[in-house]
Amino acid sequence: MAVDKEPKGEGGLEIHPMDQFAIKPLFGDGDLGILTITNSTMWMALVLAAVSALLILGMRGRALVPTRIQSVAELLYGFVRQMVTDVLGEEGIKFFPYIFTLFVFILFSNILGLLPYSFTVTSHIAITGVLALVIFCTVIVIGFMKNGLGFLKLFWIEAAPLPLRPVLAAIEVISFFVRPLSHSIRLAGNMMAGHAVLKVFAAFVPALSIFGILPLAMMVAVTGLEVLVAVVQAYIFAILTCIYLKDALHPSH
Amino acid sequence: MGIGVLGATAVTGTEAAEEAAKKAEAGGLPQLDFSTFPSQIFWLAVTVIVLFWLMNKIALPRIASVLEERADAIADDLDRAEEFKRKAAEAEEAYQQALADARAKAHEIVAETKAEIQKDVDAAMAKADAEISARSAESEKRIREIRASAMAAVEEVATDTAGAVIESVLPDVMDADAVKSAVRARMN
Repeated sequence: MAVDKEPKGEGGLEIHPMDQFAIKPLFGDGDLGILTITNSTMWMALVLAAVSALLILGMRGRALVPTRIQSVAELLYGFVRQMVTDVLGEEGIKFFPYIFTLFVFILFSNILGLLPYSFTVTSHIAITGVLALVIFCTVIVIGFMKNGLGFLKLFWIEAAPLPLRPVLAAIEVISFFVRPLSHSIRLAGNMMAGHAVLKVFAAFVPALSIFGILPLAMMVAVTGLEVLVAVVQAYIFAILTCIYLKDALHPSH
Repeated sequence: MGIGVLGATAVTGTEAAEEAAKKAEAGGLPQLDFSTFPSQIFWLAVTVIVLFWLMNKIALPRIASVLEERADAIADDLDRAEEFKRKAAEAEEAYQQALADARAKAHEIVAETKAEIQKDVDAAMAKADAEISARSAESEKRIREIRASAMAAVEEVATDTAGAVIESVLPDVMDADAVKSAVRARMN
């Protein structure tokens, strides 16, 4: 730590908390084309590998009495299935594989992103935005397919007194179209903020030499908090997806 | 800027310049660097589709079947346990029945044996009683005989004595038969 400190020295504390989010090509350093394999691509592949290891290799034994890894996989399955049936009811089971995929993808991206030197796929608005937009479009398509024009009842609140209804309709329409924005920025923002805070604390550790123990202790605490945030944000993303899909299935409040 | 830098620092210099340029382009936040969007979105689509396929075709059916098998196995085991419990109750009942039977039989045997022994005892008692009464009858008979002979002896002695007394006092009137009958009359 002390050795590290010398070259940077008192010349000025340089903190680049946003550098960790930079997307760089893994091979060469040309322009980013659509097929370019970047660090983001690599971490998505690692998420895929980790999920497969847990849910496919972990379940390989098909043991009647589960091993540790198998019970984690089963818990994950039971947790998401419970969430889907709680919000959407039995008819929501057909959306279960989709919601499960989203949940594990986000959960593993968030958690792998906490490893030192890693890259957090879900800290990018491009990723969360696309996920949220796909859900938004799915809700609209399913809503009109299942209910026809009855889907518009979502905005026409019949429980409210008649004069209030147009005002509420305007509010409902705005909130409906803001959904993909809030849905995606909530996740990306949480991931970005937490990692940036960790980076800032990390930069203070070598700069303060022996007193670096204080920001280090803070980092430990914040890392614990970030683990919680990683899980909670994946849960929030998944349960909001369920709630939005519920609107598509049952538009009348 | 990179042109002005000399020798050893040239590499880091160009890197810094590149990054600075990139940052200027992105407005500071790598998240808003739109040139990365097509690549990110393309690989996201690939990853999510592959992940969905893996989950939908392999992982989820496998977990579902394992959970179902477990639920079935538990239900089976519960059924079996119920069956075993019923069998155990049956066995207990049979055991109690056997115990009661055995007890009853034991009682019977005890009663039988007791009756047999009683019979033997009764027989022995009867035999002993008969012997005792036979013996006592015999003894009585002997006592009677002894008494009779004693009486006879006394009578004879009395007769002799009376005869002798009369003969010495009144020898003329001495009648042996009369004395005998008189003594017999006095004795009885």
